[in-house]
Amino acid sequence: MTGLFTPILAGAGAEFRIALRNRWVVIAVGVMALFATVLSATGSAPTGELGADRLSVTVASLTSLAVYLVPLVALLMSFDAVAGELERGTLSLVLTYPLARVELLLGKFLAHLLILALALAVGYAIAAGAALWADPRAAAGLPALWRLFWTSELLGATFIAIGYALSALARRPGAAAGLVIGLWLALIVLYDLGLLAAVVADSGGRFTTQVFPWMLIGNPADAFRLYNLAASEATAAAAGIGGAANAIPMSHALISILLWPLAALGFATLAFRKVIP
Amino acid sequence: MTTLSLTKVNKTFGATHALRDVSFDVAPGERVALLGHNGAGKSTLMKIILGLFDADADTGGVQVVGAAPGSAQARRQVAYLPENVAFHPALTAREQIRYYLRLRGEPVAQADELLERVGLGHAARRRIGTYSKGMRQRVGLAQALIGKPRLLVLDEPTSGLDPVSRREFYAMLDGLAADGASVLLSSHALTEVEARTDRIVILSGGTLVANDSLANLRRSAALPIAIQVTAHRDSIDAVAAELGGTRHNGKMVSLSCSHDDKLARLGQVAALGEVIEDVEVLPPSLEDLYSHFSQRSPS
Repeated sequence: MTGLFTPILAGAGAEFRIALRNRWVVIAVGVMALFATVLSATGSAPTGELGADRLSVTVASLTSLAVYLVPLVALLMSFDAVAGELERGTLSLVLTYPLARVELLLGKFLAHLLILALALAVGYAIAAGAALWADPRAAAGLPALWRLFWTSELLGATFIAIGYALSALARRPGAAAGLVIGLWLALIVLYDLGLLAAVVADSGGRFTTQVFPWMLIGNPADAFRLYNLAASEATAAAAGIGGAANAIPMSHALISILLWPLAALGFATLAFRKVIP
Repeated sequence: MTTLSLTKVNKTFGATHALRDVSFDVAPGERVALLGHNGAGKSTLMKIILGLFDADADTGGVQVVGAAPGSAQARRQVAYLPENVAFHPALTAREQIRYYLRLRGEPVAQADELLERVGLGHAARRRIGTYSKGMRQRVGLAQALIGKPRLLVLDEPTSGLDPVSRREFYAMLDGLAADGASVLLSSHALTEVEARTDRIVILSGGTLVANDSLANLRRSAALPIAIQVTAHRDSIDAVAAELGGTRHNGKMVSLSCSHDDKLARLGQVAALGEVIEDVEVLPPSLEDLYSHFSQRSPS
């Protein structure tokens, strides 16, 4: 008989195998490993004078990198999920099987989360290894690295689910690809620029004190950055948004990081329900 | 109890009526062929039966294995083979079937046996991306056989199969029907449907225009029966004059008559005696019946 999670696990197994064959696992792991290596090699500025250990500094640079890279990798993995199956014609058959649509999504979600976790683990392990090798005090930064790992995974989860939602809304893989790139640009790149411009124009008025912190918290990528930088105070100053980070309680950022994946998954399920194969 | 019961099924897409008051039942063990031109509503009807989308609100009712279409109970007992079935090209047939087995809660060890049954044992470990259309169709058949379904909904199941595979496929269907499974299949290959199904349902422009056994359809259509008489080259003119048919190709005369006149006409032919070389009686083919019913304006 089928267990409660059998359909989800079956879907995750098939999806992971497909990602292995399509080289997606290798690409994701390779990209993270490459960037972690480059960061470790170039981020070897003298740090002893700042009082921070080598790994904590690496975590700060990895955070700034992950804000861009993790959502991108997540969206590229997920944009094909619904639209690709629709186009290949595989969706109508599997939807006649005894499983709910949300179970189909959760199976893919589990596989994509696992791939992302593999990529993050390899990349961050390389960075940690390099830091520990160069600085014996670097072990002090391990909690920060662990925090970076699981928050990166949650950030990835949000964007994987958003990718599913856009995939279901777009119906065609080409349109879905365009949508996810557009969303990445808007939410990760332009959002911060826009906020910055607004803050400058406002010059310390109501927007800066009342609205801006919430807009920062509301964006999953900014919440991720705030949480990680605020948590490692030693490097917050160096990262440039320390002021904002101090104005917002860390717990708010954490709540945003935790709620976003659920909200995105709910949105994806609703969008998928509207798809007629 | 019927396996499938359709009562006044309606479906509109925008301004077009895809299905209009379609009603028929399928009993356990019955094999029903669903025929119709492209766009007659066959696939739409199948998708409603499968619960992939809903019929319109003014539909009388749709009961699939005693449950609502698309409900968990219905999905567990209904198998589907879509037209031009597709799979992810990166998976092997074995992996794909094991996935489907897990979704139906059946032991994955059955995968090899299922693929063997559809003649894919040798290719089970190759990626489906390397398969021909016929081989993909067999993977589709294999997944439709999982877990003793009570209703099989097969959309053009034999397209892409060679004649030998087609015969094997219908033998497999016979076995399933003998065990009590109902089969609803659509096809363009009318000759194979003719011999292998119990009943024929014809849709035309979204309306049901025929629903009966082939013999009954023949009777109600009352299409003329063709009789071909072959005679000696020397006497063919006399034969043609005597019987009043049309002559063609030097030694043949074609007659046509109604079902009731058949014996009388054959008597006339027999009376001519030795000048006749051969007589062939051709009942209206399923093609003839099909065009008769699908061109008839819906009543």
